[in-house]
Amino acid sequence: MKSRKTKDIILNVVKYTFLGFWGLIVLFPFYWMIISSLKGYGAYNSEYIPKFYAADPTFENYKSAFTTVNLGGYFFNTVIFAVVTTAIMLVVITLAAFAFARLDFKGKNIVFTVFLSLMMIPNELIIITNFVTITDMGLRNTFTGLILPSVTSVFYIYLLKENFEQIPENLYKAAKVDGTSDFKYLIRVMIPICKPTMITITILKIIECWNSFVWPRLITDNEKYYLVSNGIQEIRENGFGRENIPAMMAAVVVISVPLIILFFVFRKQIMAGVQKSGTKG
Amino acid sequence: MKVVLDKLTKRFPNRNKKIKTEVTAVDNFCFEIPDGTLVGLLGPSGCGKSTTLNLISGLEKPTEGRVFFGDTDVTDMAPEDRGVGLVFQNYALYPHLTVQQNIMFPLQNFRGERKLTKEVMLEKTLEAAKLVQIDGLMERKPNELSGGQQQRVAIARALVKAPKVLLLDEPLSNLDARLRLQTREEIRRIQRETKVTTIFVTHDQEEAMSISDLIVVMKDGRVHQIGKPQEVYDDPANLFVAKFLGTPPINVFKGRVKKHMIYIGDNAILKAEKAEDGDVYVGIRPEGFIPDEKGELEVSLKGLEVMGRDTTIVSDHKDCENVEIRSIVSAETRIDTAAGSIRFKVKPAKTHIFDAESGERIYY
Amino acid sequence: MKKNNLKGWLYLLPAIIFLGIFMIYPLIDVLIYSFEEGYNFASQTHNGTGWYNYSYVLHDTYFLQALKNTFILVIITVPLSTGTALLIAMALSSIKKLRELFQTVFFLPYVTNTLAVGLVFMILFKKTAYSDGMVNLLINFFGGESVDFIDGPYWAKMLVLCIYTVWIVMPFKILILTGALASVKDDLYKAAKIDSTPKWRVFTRITLPMISPMIFYLVITGFIGAFKAYSDAVALFGTDLNAAQMNTLVGYIYDMLYGSSGGYPSYASAAALILFCIVLTITCINLMVSKKSVVKGV
Repeated sequence: MKSRKTKDIILNVVKYTFLGFWGLIVLFPFYWMIISSLKGYGAYNSEYIPKFYAADPTFENYKSAFTTVNLGGYFFNTVIFAVVTTAIMLVVITLAAFAFARLDFKGKNIVFTVFLSLMMIPNELIIITNFVTITDMGLRNTFTGLILPSVTSVFYIYLLKENFEQIPENLYKAAKVDGTSDFKYLIRVMIPICKPTMITITILKIIECWNSFVWPRLITDNEKYYLVSNGIQEIRENGFGRENIPAMMAAVVVISVPLIILFFVFRKQIMAGVQKSGTKG
Repeated sequence: MKVVLDKLTKRFPNRNKKIKTEVTAVDNFCFEIPDGTLVGLLGPSGCGKSTTLNLISGLEKPTEGRVFFGDTDVTDMAPEDRGVGLVFQNYALYPHLTVQQNIMFPLQNFRGERKLTKEVMLEKTLEAAKLVQIDGLMERKPNELSGGQQQRVAIARALVKAPKVLLLDEPLSNLDARLRLQTREEIRRIQRETKVTTIFVTHDQEEAMSISDLIVVMKDGRVHQIGKPQEVYDDPANLFVAKFLGTPPINVFKGRVKKHMIYIGDNAILKAEKAEDGDVYVGIRPEGFIPDEKGELEVSLKGLEVMGRDTTIVSDHKDCENVEIRSIVSAETRIDTAAGSIRFKVKPAKTHIFDAESGERIYY
Repeated sequence: MKKNNLKGWLYLLPAIIFLGIFMIYPLIDVLIYSFEEGYNFASQTHNGTGWYNYSYVLHDTYFLQALKNTFILVIITVPLSTGTALLIAMALSSIKKLRELFQTVFFLPYVTNTLAVGLVFMILFKKTAYSDGMVNLLINFFGGESVDFIDGPYWAKMLVLCIYTVWIVMPFKILILTGALASVKDDLYKAAKIDSTPKWRVFTRITLPMISPMIFYLVITGFIGAFKAYSDAVALFGTDLNAAQMNTLVGYIYDMLYGSSGGYPSYASAAALILFCIVLTITCINLMVSKKSVVKGV
C-alpha cells in the first residue's frame, strides 16, 4: 500500500515537472520579448551575457516603435483589414448557410457538394491566379485588393449551416404561420440563437486576419498599406537599424498584445472553436 | 369560422427514392367543422393527422382537393394569409426571446394597414397572457419555464393575433400525466372563452374524448368516423374505431351469426334479427357484462382487480382476440373467486358485431 | 413546401461570386498557366504549350533545395510534435490541479503572430558581435561550443526552424488530443480497473485504440501543414530564403511569383501543382496506412 502511494507521488512529480517544463518553453519567448523591450539600447548591447531582468526599465523603445517606424500605421491598417474582412465575410457566409440550411431550391445539393470539395483546395494553388487577377484589376496596394479574396470561407459556411440546422424545424413553421419572411426569420430568430457560433467564427477570423502574411506581402509593396506581419518584417529588415533589438521587441509586444487580450477574454469560445474546426474539418 | 375540407388528398414521394410509388398521407378527406367547435383529430401515429393539420395551416399544399375557411377558398393561400394560430408538440418557442417577446412576435409581422402601434401590441400581448394565466412570467426566457408554462406561452402566441382557426399539434404529449389533465381542461376553457374554431391532433383517445365537441377518427390517411365523442363510442362505424376508443379496450371475440343468433363458440349470446349468416367479430364493451348464473357466455375466471368504486373481472375465452377479457362491474357484485369459471349476460347496447372480412359494423 | 428556386440562389449569390472568382477560376487557371511556355507577364502572351515549366522547376537547384528542406522539416517535426503533444495531453488529462492554467498557457502560441514571435526566436538563437545569445549561453553552461543558429551551418539553421515549427503547431495538437482523451468513456477505464488491468495495458489496449483516429488525423494535417511551411522560415531567416538556403516549397512558389526573383507565374504554377501532387500522394498513403492500423487497433 505504501509503496503504491510513493509511486503515485513520484509519478505526479514527473508529470508536473514535465508540464511545467513545457510551460516554461511556451512562456519564455513571451517573457524574453517583454524583458528585452524594457531594456535601453545601450544597456541591451552591453550585456554579453543577457540578463533575465531589466535593470533599468524604460519605455523609450515603445515610443520609438511608434515614431521611428510606422507601427501605428501598420496597426491601423490591420484593424481596418480585420474588421472589414470579417464583417463582409459574416454577411456572405450567413446568407449562404441560411440558403443551405433552410431553403429548398433546385441544384442545392450539387452546389453544396462543390463547396465542400473546395475545402480541400490548398491556398498555394489559387493564390497565383488571384495575384494576377488583383494586379490586372489595378488593385495592388489597396484595401479592396487585400480584402476581396478572403471574404468567403467554405469551412465557416459549413460550420454555420450545421448550427442553423440544429434549430428545430417547428420554429421555422411557427414563424411561417405567423407571417415572418425568410429574411426576417434569419435576422430575428436564427442569428440570435446561433450567436455563440457566430462569435467564435468572428474571433477566429479576426485572429486569421491579424496573422495573415503571405497575401498582404504579395499584394502590397507600398509601406502605407502594410499590415502588422509585413510591418514587422519590414522593421526587421530595414527598420531601426538592424541591431536595435529592444525597439524591435517593443514592436513585437505591441503586435502580440491585442491577440493575447482577445484570447484571454474569449478563451473558452476560441478553444472550443478550434477544437471543433479540428475534429470536423 | 367554419372549416371545410373537400376531397382533400396529399401524396408524398416515397422516401426511398428507388421506389417510384407515392405514399398517400391523406386520402380524400371530406368533412365540415362547424364554427366555434373544438375538434379532436384522433388516430394512431402515422395516420396522417399532422399532415391534415399542416394542410389546414397551409404549411403543406394538397395534391388534390380544397380547403375552405367559411366561404373563402384558402387552398392557394400562404400560411400567413390564412389567419391560423399553430401550437406545436414541442412548443417551438424562440429560445432567445422572453415570454413577452415570444407572444408579441406574430404581431410585429403585421404590415401595411394592419400594422399596430407599440401600445396596442403590448396591450394585446398582455391580454393573451392573461387568458392563459402567464402574465406574471413575462420577462422569463422559455428555458426558465416548466413544460406546462411553455405550453401556455405557445397557446398565447397562437391566440394573440386573433386567428380564425387555432390548430394544436399533440399539445399535451410532452407533459406529465398530472399536468396533462390540468392543461386539457385549460384548453377547453380557453376555447370556450375565445370561441375560436379549434382543431387539435392527438393519439390519445381519452384526451380527445374528454374535451372535444367532435372527434375525427383516422387511420392510414382515411377518415373512419366523425361524430360527438359519446356517439362515436356508443356507435362505432367499424372494428378499428371500436377498438381505438375506450379504456380498457373493447373485448373482441371471433364469432358467427347463424339463424339470426350471434354465437361465441357454442354459446348463442344474443338475437340478431337483421343480420345475415356468416363469420363476424363480436365486440363487447367492458361495461357490457352482467354476471349471471344463467348467463349465455361462459368464460374461465383468472382474477379480480378491486378498484373500490368498481371491480374489474379478468377472464379468458378461447375465441377472445384480446390478451384477456376485462369486464367492469359495480363493487357490490359478489363474485366467487374460487370458482374456475363465470357466466355473463351481455347488454345488447354494448355489444357490436363486425364483418370478419372488412371490419365494417353489422347492425342487427 | 414550395420551391424557392430564385430566392435560394439569391442568398447564395455573394458566396458563389467570390468563390467563383477567387477559388474556382484560379484553380482552372493555374493548370493553364503551368502549361504555357515562355509566359510574359507584361504582355501576357506565351509562345507555346508543354511540360517545359515542370521540367524547368524540377531542374532548378533552388527548387531542389526547397524540396529537401521541406522534406527534412516534415520528417522531423510531424512525429516529434505529435508524440510530444500526446505525452503532454496525457499528463494534462491525468491531473486535476492547475489543469486549466496549463491548458491556457499551452494554447498561447496559437494566438500569436508567427512573424512577430519568430523574431523573438531569432534573437534567442542568434549569435552577434555583442552577445552569443540566450541559447548559446545555455549550451556553454553545459560545456558546449557556441553556434550561430541563424547565419551559421545548415544543420543549425534547420534545427531552429524545426524547433520553432514544433513550438507553433503544438497548441493545436495538444488541444485536439486532450479533447480526444476526454471523449474516451470513463466506463471503459472503470471496467479495466475492476479487471485490474495494468496501466500500460490500459494505455495500449484502450486509450490508444480509442484515440487512434484523432492521432492519424493529426499526422495527416501535420504533414499537410508542414509541407506548407513558409512564414516561420521567413520569420527566422528573412525574406531572402534562397540566399539563406532555407527556402521551402511554398517559399519557392512565392519567390517565383513576386519579389526580386519573381515575375514567373508559369513556374510558380508548375511548382504549386507539384507541391499539390506531393501532398495528395502523402495524404493518400497516410489514409491507407491509417485505415489499416485504426481497424487493427479497434
